[in-house]
Amino acid sequence: MREELIVSGRMNHLIDPQLNIWHWQIPLYLFLGGLAAGILFFAALFTILGKEKEYPTAVRIAPFLVPFLLILGLLALFIDLNHKLYFWRLYTIIRLQSPMGWGAWTLMIITPLSFVWCALNIKTIFPNWNWKYNWLIDLEAFLRKHVIVISWIILIYSLILGVYTGILFSAFNARPLWNTSILGPLFLTSGLSTAAAVVIMMSKNIHERHKFARIDLMLIGIELFLIVHMFMGFLASAQVQIDAASLFLGGPYTTPFWLFVVTLGLAFPALLEFLEIKGFKMPVFIAPALVLMGGLIFRFVIAYAGQASRWLY
Amino acid sequence: MRYAMAVDTKKCVGCSDCVVACQTENNVPIGFCRDWVVEVTDGTYPQLEIEIRSERCNHCENSPCVRCCPTGASHYAEGGVVLVTPNKCIGCGACIASCPYDARYPHPDGYVDKCTFCLHNRVEKGLDPACVSVCPTKCMYFGDLDDPNSPVSKVLKTRKFKTLIPEAGTNPQLYFLI
Ligand code: SF4
Ligand code: SF4
Repeated sequence: MREELIVSGRMNHLIDPQLNIWHWQIPLYLFLGGLAAGILFFAALFTILGKEKEYPTAVRIAPFLVPFLLILGLLALFIDLNHKLYFWRLYTIIRLQSPMGWGAWTLMIITPLSFVWCALNIKTIFPNWNWKYNWLIDLEAFLRKHVIVISWIILIYSLILGVYTGILFSAFNARPLWNTSILGPLFLTSGLSTAAAVVIMMSKNIHERHKFARIDLMLIGIELFLIVHMFMGFLASAQVQIDAASLFLGGPYTTPFWLFVVTLGLAFPALLEFLEIKGFKMPVFIAPALVLMGGLIFRFVIAYAGQASRWLY
Repeated sequence: MRYAMAVDTKKCVGCSDCVVACQTENNVPIGFCRDWVVEVTDGTYPQLEIEIRSERCNHCENSPCVRCCPTGASHYAEGGVVLVTPNKCIGCGACIASCPYDARYPHPDGYVDKCTFCLHNRVEKGLDPACVSVCPTKCMYFGDLDDPNSPVSKVLKTRKFKTLIPEAGTNPQLYFLI
C-alpha cells in the first residue's frame, strides 16, 4: 500500500486539493467558438458550392449570430483572465506552440471576417439598407466580386477555429483526460453539429431543414464514432489514461456524460431528426435544442473532468 | 550553464524549514507556497518504508508551461531556470493546467507565480537558493550541471537518483537522491 501526503501543508488556492483553475468561462468560450466556426463553415461551404439560394438561412441569416457569439466568447475568455490589464500581451507576440496563443490570433482574424460576411448580406435582413458613403459602396462591390476568395478564407479559418476548441485541451499532457488528439476533430464535429442545429431552428424552408437534419445526423454519427474511439484509446493506454477514462466509466462524471451528452444530446436528437426526415411531424425545436444543450454540457464535462485527471507520482 | 538541484531523500526529515525560508525570502503571499514537502509511505505496518521529498518546480528542460504560454511570460532564463515575467502574464492559467507537478499557483495580484531557484535575488549574487541554505540536515545540493565541481554535479556522480514523472517527457532538473 502506498500513501502520499503533502506534510508541509499546501493549500494553494485553485490548485489544491484538486486543480480548479478553469471554471465556466473556458467551456462556454469553447462552445461559442465551436458554434460560430460551424455556422461560418456552412455559410462559406454553400457559397463555394453555389447553393446560396437553396440554403438561404445557412448562408445569409445564421451568420448574423456569429459576431455576437464570438464577442460573447471573447468576453468569457477575458473574464477568465486573472491579469486582465495585460490582455494586449496576447497580441504582441506570435507563439505557434501555444494553442491559447494561436486561438487568440485566429479569433483576431475570423471576427472581422464575420463582420464582412454580415455586411455583404445585410440587405437580406434590412432590404432598404444604404451604405451612404461612396467608398463603402465601392468597398462592398469589391468584396462582393471576391466573395469566393473570402469564402475560402472563412472556410479554412472556421476549420482552424473549430479544431482549436479541442486542441486547447488536448495540448496538455499534464491532464491525461485531455491529452488525446481526438479532442480536436471531436470538438470540431460537435461545433459543426451545433451549427447545423441552429440552422434547423432558424430555417423556415423545409428543404433546407431536412438537408441540415441529414447533415446533423451524419455529424452525430461521426461524434459517437469518435467518442467510442476516445475511450478505446484511453483504455488501451497507460494507467493514468485508464484512470482518466474511469471518471466516465463509473466515476463522478458518468451520469452527466452518458445521460446528458451521449443520450439526450446525441442519440435522442438523432432519432428525432431521423423520424423527421422520414416524414413524421416533429416539433422543430426539440432536436436542435437538445443538440445545443448536449454540446454545451459536453464542453463543461470535459473541462471539469480534465482538471480532475492527473499524473500520480 | 544548466542550474539544477538535488534533494537527498535519505537525509530529509520533513521539517518544512525550506518552505518557510522560501515564503520569507520571496514574499510568497500568505496561504500559498512555492515549495512543499511530500511524505510517501509504502507497505503495511510494521513493514513500512518512508520517503520524504522537498518538492518545487522542476525547472524542466522541456517544459510544457513555457510551450503553452501565449505571451512568452513563461520563459527559460539563465541556466535553464523557468521564470514568469509578471507584466507579460495575462493570467490565463494555461501554464498551471500544463504542469504535471502542479508547481504553479495564481498569485493574488493576478499573474502566475512559482519557484525561481532564487535566481535574481540570491543565485546571481553567488548564494544558494533560500531553501538550500536553510536546510538543517543539508539535504539539498544546488549548482551548475555543466560545472563538474558544483555540489550538484558531484553528488549526482556518486549517488543513485531519480526524477519525478520522467514519463511525462518534461526532463526535470530537480533530482531526488535515493
Ligand atoms: S515543474 Fe511545472 S512549472 Fe516547473 S518547469 Fe516543469 S512544467 Fe513548468
Ligand atoms: S498564466 Fe501567464 S505565464 Fe501562464 S500561460 Fe498564461 S500568460 Fe503565460
